[in-house]
Amino acid sequence: MAQFRIAVHITPRKGLLDPQGNAVRDALRTLGFDGVREVHVGRYIIVETDAYDAVSAEETVADMCKKLLANPVTEDFEIESAVHA
Amino acid sequence: MKFGIVTFPGSNCDYDAFHAVTDVLGEEATYLWHKDHDLQGSDVIVLPGGFSYGDYLRAGAIARFSPIMQEIVSHAKSGGPVLGICNGFQIACEAGLLPGALMRNSHLQFVSAEVRIRVESADTMFTNLYERGDILKMPVAHGDGRFVAPVAVLDALEAEGRVIFRYADAGGNISADANPNGSERNIAGVISEGGNVLGMMPHPERACSPLLGSSDGVRLLESILARVAA
Repeated sequence: MAQFRIAVHITPRKGLLDPQGNAVRDALRTLGFDGVREVHVGRYIIVETDAYDAVSAEETVADMCKKLLANPVTEDFEIESAVHA
Repeated sequence: MKFGIVTFPGSNCDYDAFHAVTDVLGEEATYLWHKDHDLQGSDVIVLPGGFSYGDYLRAGAIARFSPIMQEIVSHAKSGGPVLGICNGFQIACEAGLLPGALMRNSHLQFVSAEVRIRVESADTMFTNLYERGDILKMPVAHGDGRFVAPVAVLDALEAEGRVIFRYADAGGNISADANPNGSERNIAGVISEGGNVLGMMPHPERACSPLLGSSDGVRLLESILARVAA
């Protein structure tokens, strides 16, 4: 067993209304960032876990995302490569 | 009949529900602690409003894993009545007892207001003393009340008569203006496939006395009594 650190990005599902992202986008435009097309606000979660190898650590975190970290109805998740903690 | 009212850390409408059941309806009620595994012989479960676990991660996401929820899911799967109000609706969705999810209000503001909802089906154990089309006055108080689901799920809910309440104006019109949170198709409450789990964002337990501005919620509790006791 070794200790791994895995980062997960959770974002509102594409195509769903993202009022938080829209509010930030509008604020950026007000600040003069005229080129801003879209903003999405999500969550960034860091998990440290024991696992045999990086692949099984990533699989475990994917399972965590499906069961708790992300809502399957409204959110998508992306898992970064596991690194030794 | 005995109502079991769940208290999670952060629940804040459990007392209101207890008051409505015991003082208004005149039935027995007991608090069920989130760490317990025992429904104490409750016939009906109420998942009350509040901010269980501080709404950490997502509203209702952590409460779903409370010990008591395992028993409630079993109770629901065997046809037992469950009423999820506000945070209770969010928890029921997270637990998979109801379809869809409740997201941040479209205007991003917490909404604490009196709203009107239209009864879309009186053919349920929770609404049998209403008439279809009745307009009810009830309070809402939430930041994450926007009901969403994939279009296919929404269509199925409509086709199966499982949309039970919709936000409406005083005349019963379903409009964007009457929608306090941006919910898809103005949906304020839905019921499970088996018809025994109702989730709703408005608070019937806080609409049980003229002193509080409305007693339209009383018939919901009486409906349960009429159906379950029968």
